[in-house]
Amino acid sequence: MTKLESKIPEGPIAEKWTLYKNKANLVNTANKKRLDIIVVGTGLAGAGAASSLGELGYNVKNFCYQDSPRRAHSVAAQGGINAAKNYKNDGDSVYRLFYDMIKGGDYRAREANVYRAAEVSNDVIDHYTAMGVPFARDYGGNLDNRSFGGVQVSRTFYAKGQTGQQCLLGTYSSLNRQINKGSVTMYPRREMLDIVIIDGRARGIIVRNLITGEIERHSAHAVVLATGGYGTIYYLSTLAVNSNASAAWKAHRKGALFANPSFVQIHPTSIPQLNEYQAKLTLMSESLRNDGRIWVPAKQGDKRHPNEIPEEERDYFLERKYPAFGNLVPRDVASRAAKERCDSGYGVGETGLAVNLDFRDAMKKQGKAAIENKYGNLFEMYETIAGTSPYNEPMRIYPAGHYTMGGLWVDYELMTTIKGLFSIGESNFSDHGANRLGASSLMQASGDGYFILPYTIGNYLSDQIRVPRFDTSLPEFEEAEKEVLEKINRLMSIKGTQTATSFHKRLGRIMWDHCGMSRNEKGLLKARDLVTELEKEFWSDLAIPGKPEDLNMELEKAGRIADYFELAQLMITDALNRKESCGAHFREESQTPEGEAMRDDENFMYVAAWEFTGDTKAPLMHREELVYEEVEVKVRSYK
Amino acid sequence: MKVTLKIWRQENARSKGSFQTYELDGVSVEMSFLEMLDSLNTKLIKEGKEPVAFDHDCREGICGSCGMYINGHPHGPATGITTCHLSMRYFKDGDTITVEPWRAKAFPVIKDLIIDRNALDKIQIAGGFISVNVGSAAESHAMPVKKNNSDDAFDSAICIGCGACVAACKNASAALFVSAKISQFALLPQGRVEAKERVRAMVAKMDEVGFGNCSNTGACEAECPKHIKLVNIARMNREFYKAY
Repeated sequence: MTKLESKIPEGPIAEKWTLYKNKANLVNTANKKRLDIIVVGTGLAGAGAASSLGELGYNVKNFCYQDSPRRAHSVAAQGGINAAKNYKNDGDSVYRLFYDMIKGGDYRAREANVYRAAEVSNDVIDHYTAMGVPFARDYGGNLDNRSFGGVQVSRTFYAKGQTGQQCLLGTYSSLNRQINKGSVTMYPRREMLDIVIIDGRARGIIVRNLITGEIERHSAHAVVLATGGYGTIYYLSTLAVNSNASAAWKAHRKGALFANPSFVQIHPTSIPQLNEYQAKLTLMSESLRNDGRIWVPAKQGDKRHPNEIPEEERDYFLERKYPAFGNLVPRDVASRAAKERCDSGYGVGETGLAVNLDFRDAMKKQGKAAIENKYGNLFEMYETIAGTSPYNEPMRIYPAGHYTMGGLWVDYELMTTIKGLFSIGESNFSDHGANRLGASSLMQASGDGYFILPYTIGNYLSDQIRVPRFDTSLPEFEEAEKEVLEKINRLMSIKGTQTATSFHKRLGRIMWDHCGMSRNEKGLLKARDLVTELEKEFWSDLAIPGKPEDLNMELEKAGRIADYFELAQLMITDALNRKESCGAHFREESQTPEGEAMRDDENFMYVAAWEFTGDTKAPLMHREELVYEEVEVKVRSYK
Repeated sequence: MKVTLKIWRQENARSKGSFQTYELDGVSVEMSFLEMLDSLNTKLIKEGKEPVAFDHDCREGICGSCGMYINGHPHGPATGITTCHLSMRYFKDGDTITVEPWRAKAFPVIKDLIIDRNALDKIQIAGGFISVNVGSAAESHAMPVKKNNSDDAFDSAICIGCGACVAACKNASAALFVSAKISQFALLPQGRVEAKERVRAMVAKMDEVGFGNCSNTGACEAECPKHIKLVNIARMNREFYKAY
């Protein structure tokens, strides 16, 4: 049985990472050339890691499903990236950033990892600046900051509403520098379909070339997964439509534990669904909540145009319920409050599933130009999609599936329970607990890729220098490829009548209704049956046109959805197990009389890490008890 | 509404393509162009036919994956947006819509509307970076950057690499794309150090991978979904002359 060892170093929290680095084993420069590392994914974590490792002298192979590494979904992050620079002199520090993340995560994250993420945040900003990432600046030529949801200091660095794009293109440029030097080989349009394990260690991957349909084998001394989150399990989400969990899921099936799968962040400010054909929901950056005020009519079912509703008939419900933080409460709190208003009949728009986000007062106070300067591109994007201008009337927003705090369980070294298999960025579970604070995902992904993994992977590889390169004709590769082909053949031979997307939509609906923003036992048990039934239908009536030995996007989708059926069951199991409410996980059975989330620290202050035990067997839960030595565990209140 | 679609179908890079005509009913004005194609594909799959292959991912105008030539314009008739943001509001009942892949020597067709844009990556690999190693950066505020320069660098840096500029150009030139990256770094003090090497390497690679020359027509600027400006090309030329 797999045993969890978090490998947290000894020492006071502020010194753990330094002490770790001081003692970590090194690989000498000449030996690095002999070591191959596979990195899957080219977002901030993946491409950051690939370029750093290339720089160090390792032989790196980097894979992505997109046609270019520049298109990884980090590109879509809008609002910003946090760092503890304290440039605003408002009392920020590494400790405070760490504290905010622990509190924001509702005391379900590992202290040591979170502290380290905060600790390296300043290096991340310096590195991006040096690479030419054009963060916003003030007239003195220094970097500007803004405040972001759930905190009381301004520590968010930004590049208009395109911070993710700018950080990703910076990372892409450093990756290009290494490709130019020959230390990184790029394999675009490849999808990882399995992991190869030799004598208990990750030694390679099986990928499908998405252009030719060819199955390829790649070997390495270590494998790094930086494959992002699984928010598209809801079908409609703020993620790129091709984002998927398959790489992480395959690793899980091969022995990597999956931690807290039910911890999914629902983002409060997405453009609501406009029609039934919609393939995704577009996010409106949370930074808008700095100046926008969220409200609904005070009267139920008030269908007047928002501009015609006078001040006294508006309910600024976040400001009313949470006077200390107002519109800047964390994402889970804001999302649930919006859902509560809409469920009670105060929602706006045709569907009643939306609330107003109003810039009238901000424009009055700061002028239209100032607002345009901050949010111009977001307003434009809103108008393109929704057809109305936020300069003239409030935006309509509604929560949408966004970020998954759950993911592959990793220890302090970011290694999964499979030796030599690392997981970084959103694909691991480690830093955000039960809820992620805004602008912390770019920070964590970059920290993992540039500043943490390069050290920890060296510690792992230091005793591998005599291990020769692996031949991909080894029986382990043979076997893994056979499994992959069998799965593809199984999918192709169904020859049913329904498209992969139609199944995805139905699965998404079940998960959104019963394992989304709010959960209860009855609903979860129902969802379990519904998913089982739908999965059966999928395996008997799926239609995939074309051939597997060709570019076949329907086959790609089908494979991802097949994995999502399995992950959905694990999310439901995890949500059922966690009978408390914490962070983004709201169990209706566990709430205060005022309807706020109620944690149960006595019984649930642990990470639930699930082990795959077979297709027909229930997953086995391992607990990593969370010990808070530094932060006093309190009720998370934003009132 | 009902539309007639004339779509370029091509099995693979080696085969010869042709336009195929499809009638599509039940199109809603609220659909995006890609959602309209999704519904065509659903119909094709149900009829046992192969769906139209096209690149797409984020569907919010930032990843640069999508891109098709619609009625003679890259990303369609609207300005300043990508294909995924193009709404069917721009079309009316009974319209015939012609859809083609980007056409350029440097962008071979892979299948239907999917093209190979690897040539753009090759140019970036040749010099589109600042050589700074992880861990060696100075404190960010050690070097102030004028806000105007920083803002201009940002305006150049928002290129999404979709290739619409190349598709719009009668010479299939990548000048706007290349100049945007050169400008971003040329405008920042941290990028000046390698400015000469960068412009030489990137321009040489641009010619090598098969893009045409720039003749200052400006179609690229008119069709760019991110409003990348022609002034970038002027700056690239200036940087290029300075480098020799």
